[in-house]
Parts: sequence; structure tokens; C-alpha cells
Amino acid sequence: MIDDLYQETILDHSKRPRNCHAMDDANYEAEGYNPLCGDKLKLFLKMEDDVVRDVSFLGSGCAISTASASLMTESLRGKTRSEALALLEKFHDLLTTDSPVAKDLGKLVVFCGVREYPARVKCATLAWHTLKSALTAESPDPVVSTE
Amino acid sequence: MSTLSSEITAGFDVERVREDFPVLKQTVHGKPLVYLDSAATAQKPSCVVDAIRHFHEVDCANIHRGVHELSQRSTAAYEETRTKTKNFLNSRGENELIFVRGATEAINLVSSSWGRKNVKEGDEIVISAMEHHSNIVPWQMLCEERGAKLRVIPMNDRGELILEEYEKLLNPRTRMVAVTHVSNALGTINPVRRIIEMAHKAGSLTLIDGAQAAPHLQVDVQALDADFYTFSGHKVCGPTGIGILYGKADLLNAMPPYQGGGDMIRTVTFEKTTYADLPYKFEAGTPNIAGGIGLGAALDYMTAIGLDKIAAYEHELLVYGTEKLLQIPGLRLIGTARNKAAVLSFVMEGIHPHDIGTVLDLQGIAVRTGHHCAQPVMDRFNVPATTRASLAFYNTVGEIDALVAGLKKVKEVFS
Repeated sequence: MIDDLYQETILDHSKRPRNCHAMDDANYEAEGYNPLCGDKLKLFLKMEDDVVRDVSFLGSGCAISTASASLMTESLRGKTRSEALALLEKFHDLLTTDSPVAKDLGKLVVFCGVREYPARVKCATLAWHTLKSALTAESPDPVVSTE
Repeated sequence: MSTLSSEITAGFDVERVREDFPVLKQTVHGKPLVYLDSAATAQKPSCVVDAIRHFHEVDCANIHRGVHELSQRSTAAYEETRTKTKNFLNSRGENELIFVRGATEAINLVSSSWGRKNVKEGDEIVISAMEHHSNIVPWQMLCEERGAKLRVIPMNDRGELILEEYEKLLNPRTRMVAVTHVSNALGTINPVRRIIEMAHKAGSLTLIDGAQAAPHLQVDVQALDADFYTFSGHKVCGPTGIGILYGKADLLNAMPPYQGGGDMIRTVTFEKTTYADLPYKFEAGTPNIAGGIGLGAALDYMTAIGLDKIAAYEHELLVYGTEKLLQIPGLRLIGTARNKAAVLSFVMEGIHPHDIGTVLDLQGIAVRTGHHCAQPVMDRFNVPATTRASLAFYNTVGEIDALVAGLKKVKEVFS
């Protein structure tokens, strides 16, 4: 049971998060906040011609939220803005619905166990909420809350 | 079982107590439930469930108005709880006890009714660094509205209030000192009698938030000389949605009503309304009758076991649990006050409380993780959140052992 939620990939990314650093030449930034647990996350994006060239994050949180941010950064590179937002929707469906797991989620499928734990969905979506606000907000440095 | 654990069980028949709580006899994720979240809400003994059921099945009617049999029965049962509460808190009379939804509403009642009448620009309200949000936000709202100042008693690294600093905060502008009797996040038992005495010397009133004290300590509002005291029913094994505000009669009498409506009036015309006497002046509308009756059964139950016995047993559990938890490498207790109720709040190096909570849950162990509605406490100890195991008299030494084993599993998963 514990392994269904905390799959090997999640544990790996939570202990050794990828792209976990600030980015000086980012042209999009956003902050995410989960008031339930106090977790904060800052996301940095470098967009060129509407394509994600680079992405990184800073922040500390639980294993689920850290791994989610880490795996998100890995899966975003090279995607267009609309592809990134479409992936977000699929990821959200993975966590919150009983629908069959989308085929093109790649490594992100490791979060499928989270749907059994409604209290933890917000942990897994914090980075993605932050991404959405970075890509869609009108103000340059929005702070988004999961509440 | 170790020698210590058999010594603990010898003085208190916890297995018999557990028979009264059907909810405890279940498995969660295939493991026996270990409920360590009583500071959030206590479980309900059968007698409380039965009392509520009996009301709904046999006596159900609105109170105070009907002349018919059922209404008289429900009124009597509901009002009896006021008498039981009088004995529970040792108040002078029933008229000093107001039924509210819980401690939160009680504090809001005082901050709104007493506060708006008595707090003016430049006045000061003193709270402490370990308050639950419910004893911060209402006062903050009042201060903002009236142009008053909120001042905060600091605490030391153990999670104890620093009384020398408190003394310095008191001055002729202090109108109210509102502090918790027992901290929900740290377990600290505050020296409220001394705190009240100091406030009175400075000419200030006091409100004591007893939400975490009433389930664990014998409370005597007269001995404390508290001006206001409040607790929530659901934390003393009663139902949710019912609680008590105690206030000295002269203070309550001088306060304007909190809400208007039925039951709180003497006469109503379109020109003028006169208000009912205490306690009804503060009880507009049909109250939580079933909740009030359930609370009465809960107070009977707690009183029959004896708060002194409960406190002594829980203290033994706390000592045992503290010793066991401190043996886990990388675990740090948050809240190590010398006078402490049975709360074990802790952090583990490199492991987020939410992950601890989930892995414990998968082993059937219910703990609370997060900021416990006390974000300033988390800031004070520089942690975003803690894991909190809060104990009650129906918990056992074996359950603490289960927690320790559960935490070892947590370490295995995340090491």
C-alpha cells in the first residue's frame, strides 16, 4: 500500500529533485503556496517563441510535492505553452478522476496512487497550479494558492 | 509489556474505558485503529451517542416555548446540561453559562459584544504567542475596527510563556488578556491563575480558552477567577456544534446581545425590544438541542471517570511517549514545557509531516499534521508544520508502541 503511493520514482525525485535551483534569465516566474501545510514553491520558466526552453523550481515540501515539481520540470522542456497546459489538464485528471490513465503522461503516471488520497492531491498539484499561473497570469510575478 | 506499561495500566482500567468507545474497535487499512488525534476532536462514548439518539427518538421537540410534554422533556434535558456544566466548571450559577457552537464562537461573542462596547482607540488587548487562530483573529478584527493594539506574550524555546515579558506588556490601557489554558500545538499548560492575577492587578479582564484544558484538567473558574472561560463540547467527548462560554454575571449583564432573534427577547414591538435575562440574552434562535443534551451525557461520563484520574493517567502516557519518541534518531519534539498536557508534537529530519501522516495512516495510526491552526507557533519554532500525536484517556501504552513502530517504518520509507 505504501509502495502504491510512494513509488520508487517519487521517492527518488523527492530525495534528489531535478532542476531544483533559481534561474537568473527566466522570463516567467510564479510562486505557489499551499496554506494547508505551509509549503511554498517558486517556479522559473524561460520561454522562447512560446516554447518552454528551460524550467526550474525552488522550495521545500513533502515528498509528493517535491517529486511532482521535479518530474514536472523534466516533462515540460520543449513543450509549447498550449501543450504544457494540456499536460496539466491530463495530470489533473489523473489525480482527481477515475478515468483511464492517459497514455502520453510518461513518467507522471507514478502519481496515479495519489487519487486514492484526496488529502494529498493538493501536494501533487502545487507545482502545476504554479505553472498555470505563470503561463496564464497577466501580472508578471503572481502568487497562487491551492485554496 | 514493559514494567512501566503494566504500572500504568494497573492504576487505570483503560481496557474497560475502551469498551465505551465503539469507534475504537475497527481496523483502518487492515490495521487496528490507533487514534491519536483527540486534540482535534475526541471520540464519543456510547452514552453520548445514546443520549442524542434518545432525544431524537423519544423527546424531540423545540425547547423553552411549548407547553406540551415533549417540549418540557427536551427543555429539561437541555437545561440540565447547564447545571452539569456549572458543576463541571464550578461556576456560581447556571446564568453565567452560555451555550455556543464552540470555543471559537464563544471568543467571537466576547470580542464582538464586550469588545465593541469597551475597547476604544489606543486600548490594548494581550494574547500569547501560542494561541490557536481562534484566539488571535477575533481580537485582531476587533483591534482593527477600534484602532486598538494587539500585544503578544512571547514564549521560550520550551514553549512556555515568559511571564516577565508579560508583566511588561500590562499597563492601564490593557483591556483584555486572552490566553489559552493549554496549547493545542505544544501541549503547554499555562499558569493561568497567575496570568489572571497579574491581569487583574493591572485592571484588565481575562478570557481563558479552555478548549484543550477542559478534556484533561479539573477546571475551577472561581478558583482561577477567570472573567471569561470557554470550551468546546466535541473535545470533551461530546458532539460537535456545541460549546460553553462562561462569563461573570455582572460582565455578561453589562454586555449587549450578540445576535438578535427568538428566545433572546422579553418583549418585541416594532418600536422597541427588551432582552431576556441571562443566559438567554445571548442565545438567539433554536439552539443545538441534541448537541446540548449530548454534551450533558459527555460531562457526566468525564465526571464519573474523574478528571483527576484522567489527568494522572494521561500524564503517565505522556511521560512514556516522550521517552520513546526521543529514542528515535532525528526526531525533535516541538513543545517541551515542564508543565504539559498529553500532546506530542514533533518534526523528523528530512521528512515532511504530511508524508509522516500518510505513512502512519496506512498503518492505521491517525495523527494530525500541519500547522494546527497555530501558524505563529510554527514560525516561532521555525518549522512549516509538525506531526502531532495527541493522547486521551482511552489511549494505551500499546498504541504509543504502535506509533513508535510506525515512525520506524516512516524512516525506512524515506531514508
